[in-house]
Amino acid sequence: MCLAIPARIIELEGDRAIVDAMGNQFRARTTLLPQVKLGDLVLVHAGFAISTIEEEEAKKTWQLIAEIDEFRDTSNRVSG
Amino acid sequence: MTQPAQDRILLAHGGGGQLSDQLIRKHILPKLRNDTLAELADAANLNLDSKSICFTTDSYVIKPLFFNGGDIGKLAVCGTINDLAVAGARPAALSLSLIIEEGFSFELLDKILDSIAASAAENNVAVVTGDTKTVEAGAADGIFINTAGIGTKLEGVELGFDKITVGDKVIINGTIGDHGMTILSQREDIGFQSQLKSDCAAVADFTCKLLTRGKNVRFMRDPTRGGLAATLNEITRQTNLSIRMNENNIPINPTVQAAADMLGLDVLNIANEGKFIAVVDPGDAEDCIRICREHPLGENAAIIGEIIETKDVAIVEMATKIGGRRIVQMPYGRDLPRIC
Amino acid sequence: MLERIHKSQMLMDAACKAVGRQINIMEVCGTHTVALFRNGIRATLPKGIKLLSGPGCPVCVTDQGYIDTVLDLADRDDCLIATYGDMIRVPGKNGSLETRKSTGNVRIVLSSEDALQLAKDNPGKTVVFVAVGFETTAPATAVVVRQAASDNVDNFCILSNHKLVVPAMHALLADMNNKIDAFLCPGHVSVIIGYGAFRGIVEQFSRPCVVAGFEPMQIIEGLAEICRQLTEGKAEVKSIYTAVVTEQGNKLAQDVIAECFEPADGYWRGLGKIEKSTLKLKDKYGQFDAMQQFGITETPAEEETTGCRCGEVLCGLIDPPACKLFGTKCTPEHPVGPCMVSSEGACAAWFKYGPREKRGQ
Repeated sequence: MCLAIPARIIELEGDRAIVDAMGNQFRARTTLLPQVKLGDLVLVHAGFAISTIEEEEAKKTWQLIAEIDEFRDTSNRVSG
Repeated sequence: MTQPAQDRILLAHGGGGQLSDQLIRKHILPKLRNDTLAELADAANLNLDSKSICFTTDSYVIKPLFFNGGDIGKLAVCGTINDLAVAGARPAALSLSLIIEEGFSFELLDKILDSIAASAAENNVAVVTGDTKTVEAGAADGIFINTAGIGTKLEGVELGFDKITVGDKVIINGTIGDHGMTILSQREDIGFQSQLKSDCAAVADFTCKLLTRGKNVRFMRDPTRGGLAATLNEITRQTNLSIRMNENNIPINPTVQAAADMLGLDVLNIANEGKFIAVVDPGDAEDCIRICREHPLGENAAIIGEIIETKDVAIVEMATKIGGRRIVQMPYGRDLPRIC
Repeated sequence: MLERIHKSQMLMDAACKAVGRQINIMEVCGTHTVALFRNGIRATLPKGIKLLSGPGCPVCVTDQGYIDTVLDLADRDDCLIATYGDMIRVPGKNGSLETRKSTGNVRIVLSSEDALQLAKDNPGKTVVFVAVGFETTAPATAVVVRQAASDNVDNFCILSNHKLVVPAMHALLADMNNKIDAFLCPGHVSVIIGYGAFRGIVEQFSRPCVVAGFEPMQIIEGLAEICRQLTEGKAEVKSIYTAVVTEQGNKLAQDVIAECFEPADGYWRGLGKIEKSTLKLKDKYGQFDAMQQFGITETPAEEETTGCRCGEVLCGLIDPPACKLFGTKCTPEHPVGPCMVSSEGACAAWFKYGPREKRGQ
């Protein structure tokens, strides 16, 4: 129930955003984080961004984010 | 404004009369081009040089019909080829049965037929016989497809649960969860945009190579519904042996993992349509991986586990990334309906 | 990473030695329950540490009366039920939302906003949003209620069952299970309420409260921090989920909750009535309260007569396998109690990931 994942804001208009989590994109409201900008990393839960996340902290905390640089080289070939 | 009759399937297209004939000659035959089919006989004559024939069938009711990486047509061909492939056979011919809902557009039907034709051609398999029925609007979701497949068992190949022994290695030809998560991402009620792509593909190339290059393969299966977890649990159930997996070695695309995390799903339980697992002699495991990796779709092939002795109850256990241990149970099929 | 795990294990071993008896740590959040199993963390812990599942599964603690009310509304021709997927299989007296899905009256939504949009798209029906979840999810409901007001949407309402974590932890220690030595606190609830919210528990009951995220290293290091405190005889509030949790939490989120809701006494399945533990819509947003719209009065929770021991499981008093129904009459396929229905329920987690004595389904 408390599922929330880090995602990057790739589109932002007012308090409506499109966020990207490792290639999955979905809508999210930034109403609870008025200070966010395009490109920010945020934690998204039930369609709302509830916290910003610093890049370094993200890498330290989430395994998938830490490993993404490793996988990135092969991921294009995998999904191509 | 009514649609002109030529744009959509009518019930009469399944009636066996003029419209049926038109459907077959104008849409189906030209696309599936081969001499056997063109005879339009009640049954196809096949010359198969083998005493050992494999035969399988599957029905496809997937929703949505078109998805990133494939469609119901490609799936219907690859899915049935794969069942033959993992049985140790070289696929030879397919039958194609279509059940089409009244009102289905010819444009979509043509796309699906093109897809079937392309997949069959790519895999050197001919659609040699078929059937078309139509049902009233609402009685089928657009289109349902059944394919049956025939293949010839490869020389000297004997696969079975009884061949599996302690020490054998479990290998897979690539990443897991791609198909199921792609379908989910395109479902109306859960939908989200994604780079996800179904892995829908035939695996006959892989399996035939492994078997014809003298590798000691004990058993193979394609992990479709229920994912890797279901297939491995089936093995433990039938053999009463156990399996130890290594989470670090299981290939998963991060996009798939993130999507599963978002929805609270376990990637091990998610369907695959271009994958097979093989239980092989430990001495051949590395070679098998090398052979798989020669194929453009096999670059993430990996050894993911090992067959071990059963202590009291046969289980599939997994050493997790942090050095922990968890059990991988048989999943419940209800979470993801109409995946294939 | 292995080094960090080893370091954590040493801290845990030290605590076991120092305390000299079994250490009971309650992980409050259902998402932690599942993460613990999926990552196989129990196998990395010393024998002296026992993890208890707590009432942090919103579906599990939703009382029978609420579910039956939702189902009654689902049966009405003038209603559309919008719900998060988690609630869909919870059985009421007469079926579940899942069994009603084919009527078209039940829609799964990924966000509260989708529920509001459903109302805008269906002016002929009243959309009832099944507002379940802890403080992590309550702001999403509040924002949408506020928006419904400003957009003058008159066919949208919520049936609120948002629950508050800290009052439940309080009630547990005060009444139900004082064997809990420490809490592994929910990471995402804390994003909203701030780790400072657990100070009261620490001060009143002297139990360590450590906030951790859901990645396996977060959980292991969270448990290690608890053990460090226990070894030193301390009880402190600490958060290791520094990426997203601050002491104050998300003030804007707290404000929006406070604007729309006020704490009220509520029934928690298995735990009974807990004071000021649920959120009720304030009068000024009363028109969005389904209870008011449909004239529903609160129905008290019923006694469990089926032999279901979910209540004891939710308090951490027993592990699911201790219940006679576990794995026999009660399985994810045919659940008796909510702890087996919910994908994050302790019983479901034990069943899906834990070892089983008997094979066969």
